[in-house]
Amino acid sequence: MAAYLARRLIQSVLILLGVSFITFLLLYVLPADPVRQIAGRAATAQTVENIRQQLGLDQPFLVQYGRYLGNLLHGDLGRSYLQKTDVAELIWSRLPASLLLMAGGIACELVLGLTLGVIAALWRGRALDQGLMVGSFVAVSAPQFVVGLLLLYVFAVRLGWFPIGGYGTFAHLVLPALTLGILGSGWYSRMMRSSMIEVLRADYIRTARAKGLDRARVILRHALPNAILPIVAMIGIDIGIFMGGIVVVESVFGWPGMGQLAWQAIQRVDIPIIMGVTLVSATAIVLGNLLADLIAPLVDPRIKLR
Amino acid sequence: MKHWLASTALALCLAVPALAQDYTPDPNAKPGGAIVITYKDDVATLDPAIGYDWQNWSMIKSIFDGLMDYVPGSTALRPGLAESYDLSEDGLTFTFHLRPGVKFHNGREMTAEDVKYSLDRVTNPETQSPGAGFFGSIEGFENAGPDGLSGVKIIDPLTVEIKLSRPDATFLHVMALNFASVVPKEAVDEYGADFGKHPVGTGAYSLAEWTIGQRLVFARNETYWRAGVPYLDQITFEVGQEPVVALLRLQKGEVDVPGDGIPPAKFTEVMANPDEASRVVEGGQLHTGYITMNVTQPPFDKVEVRRAVNMALNKERIVQIINGRAVPANQPLPPSMPGYAKDYKGYAHDPEGAKKLLADAGYPDGFETELYVMNTDPNPRIAQAIQQDLAAIGIKASLQNLAQANVIEAGGAGTAPMVWSGGMGWIADFPDPSNFYGPILGCAGAGEGGWNWSKYCNEALDAEAVKADSFKDPSDPARLAMWSDIYVKIMDDAPWAPVFNEQRYTMKSPRMGGEDALYVDPVSIPINYDYVFIKE
Repeated sequence: MAAYLARRLIQSVLILLGVSFITFLLLYVLPADPVRQIAGRAATAQTVENIRQQLGLDQPFLVQYGRYLGNLLHGDLGRSYLQKTDVAELIWSRLPASLLLMAGGIACELVLGLTLGVIAALWRGRALDQGLMVGSFVAVSAPQFVVGLLLLYVFAVRLGWFPIGGYGTFAHLVLPALTLGILGSGWYSRMMRSSMIEVLRADYIRTARAKGLDRARVILRHALPNAILPIVAMIGIDIGIFMGGIVVVESVFGWPGMGQLAWQAIQRVDIPIIMGVTLVSATAIVLGNLLADLIAPLVDPRIKLR
Repeated sequence: MKHWLASTALALCLAVPALAQDYTPDPNAKPGGAIVITYKDDVATLDPAIGYDWQNWSMIKSIFDGLMDYVPGSTALRPGLAESYDLSEDGLTFTFHLRPGVKFHNGREMTAEDVKYSLDRVTNPETQSPGAGFFGSIEGFENAGPDGLSGVKIIDPLTVEIKLSRPDATFLHVMALNFASVVPKEAVDEYGADFGKHPVGTGAYSLAEWTIGQRLVFARNETYWRAGVPYLDQITFEVGQEPVVALLRLQKGEVDVPGDGIPPAKFTEVMANPDEASRVVEGGQLHTGYITMNVTQPPFDKVEVRRAVNMALNKERIVQIINGRAVPANQPLPPSMPGYAKDYKGYAHDPEGAKKLLADAGYPDGFETELYVMNTDPNPRIAQAIQQDLAAIGIKASLQNLAQANVIEAGGAGTAPMVWSGGMGWIADFPDPSNFYGPILGCAGAGEGGWNWSKYCNEALDAEAVKADSFKDPSDPARLAMWSDIYVKIMDDAPWAPVFNEQRYTMKSPRMGGEDALYVDPVSIPINYDYVFIKE
């Protein structure tokens, strides 16, 4: 176990190094001169050169990358070109909002997805099942931007049940978390349905039924825990999908998280922020996957870590 | 502006006591209350030496003051922290007499030393100010550094003398730029690079709260040196709000002014509703949207081709694409700018004539080229209309839809044959015709990376521009006539195809008071925070 963990951690660091190198390279070759952006439209050529030197952007690529890594070891993610603030501070101040939103999104997709999946499996082949599966297909395919605006319009503007975007209270969380969760709930309900159907066909369920256990007990005690196993292992992987989702959802709802920060930075090519957010997201995804792998043997003893 | 500035010519060596016809505040204005403004993007910095986007520009104006200022809602200069000034006979020495008893937000009194410190700071290369270049006419600018500007001298605690190396008609406008704001040294030293997050000025409001990614709160400066203003106790800027969401919140009464304006997709709907339309204030702005053509490369090295492009455009139709939120333009200067050539007719829409010109230039069958455009609505749609107009005379332009920074890079590097300036169009830094020349049409901006994307460099015109800016009085009719002439000559060479001048539309909540001009203030976008008030 310890050896496995050590190996995975080393792998993770290598992956993150690769991510940082590729992102840095992509941003380096991007045809947009950050110095020009800082210097503004009225700057003289001398001002521009001056700023380039002060920021060390006149150095060769590898020197710049090496310095970035060196600073990174000290926890220094650099300073935003356009916001004139430490990137670490910007990300740190926005991290809680994103984590809260993700937690809300995961809760929504699990509750919705698992419940609907079980219902669909139990009513397999009937109208309810087909209706739910069409619904889940729509949920998976609907663009989050549209879903978000639709929820916002119906529940906040028309019905006035929730605030129109913003951050602060539980009421603010409901619609963005739902928007984020609906996509995942589509996947989860489909996976849960097939997993449940498979389990319901298994010998041990037949045995349980044959023992004369009542239907509710068979489903809740015997079928459900086994059907849920492969699904729970997915949550870690979800973090990666969510990282993409929060960019859209946070922008629509004015949620002050990292996704919004990333979106603004991408539009304005604020390279240090893009680097910082990419690295933090990549770290979250790598850790999420690691977590998923570590949890898997706990929920299913058949899986062994090697 | 005319009265006061004409008087400066007479009062050369005299102190000028009563300067401009100042602003008469609304007699019904009541102090108190709080308003909410929204923005999509985070606020970058409130450091007046650094901030240079239209979002923080007006915020900085309300936190800081410079020696000069503008009459609210207009482009007329009025005295700010300087009560009066003298200008020497040769037009090279300004002596500013400071207002006594002005206090920074930290309670300390502002003196001549602060003025010198602030000008030294903004021109010091260490500060990396994007506005440093504006101060180029101050003596010693070339050697600006830690030792400061040799041309700025403290005479006594309330008198500052600024020596210029050449007469500069625009100098008082420069002193009214945010970059010339007076900042206290101790606060800059305390916060260092983070001064922009902890601004301390002499302005009408002080920064009370800044929660990154969520909101900024401005509180009224109780000891503000201008009597009676500001009216509002508090202004909250909520950031991270999509314009569509901001509009919905305004309709629910949660927002007073959406800072990013009315989203294009909702404009018709808002204007069709009489109640909402009555709360939309329309005004001009010192903006021109244009197409640049790179004159250093074929086929745009031929003036006939550039004129043909000017004649190919159906500007009326392009204006319709943005719901008529602009007026067609025929020259670089916007109509509300002094020096605008009223009698100049420009190139009329004439596709047949354009085709003839192309044939004369040796392109009877047209040619293929690229049009660079910023990728946010409505610019790609505008570019498509331009593309169709060009196709009608045989020019096949493929569109390069890119992020703003990439378009600016391609324009600056000279790799873009044509650029549609939308989203990056020139908005004047100050209301003077010279501001539309140097960086975007003069030789100074034509180098690698400059904002003159046409790479047009006419040395004869450069010399005329220098002459025009050597006048002492910026509104001298002879000077304005020179500028008109310069821009008409530019149009003859046609490095640009001017397309339209954008109008501004500010929407406000029913409770907002103050005359309309405050809501389309030419220097304080979107609104003049110091003079608006709440009606109820």
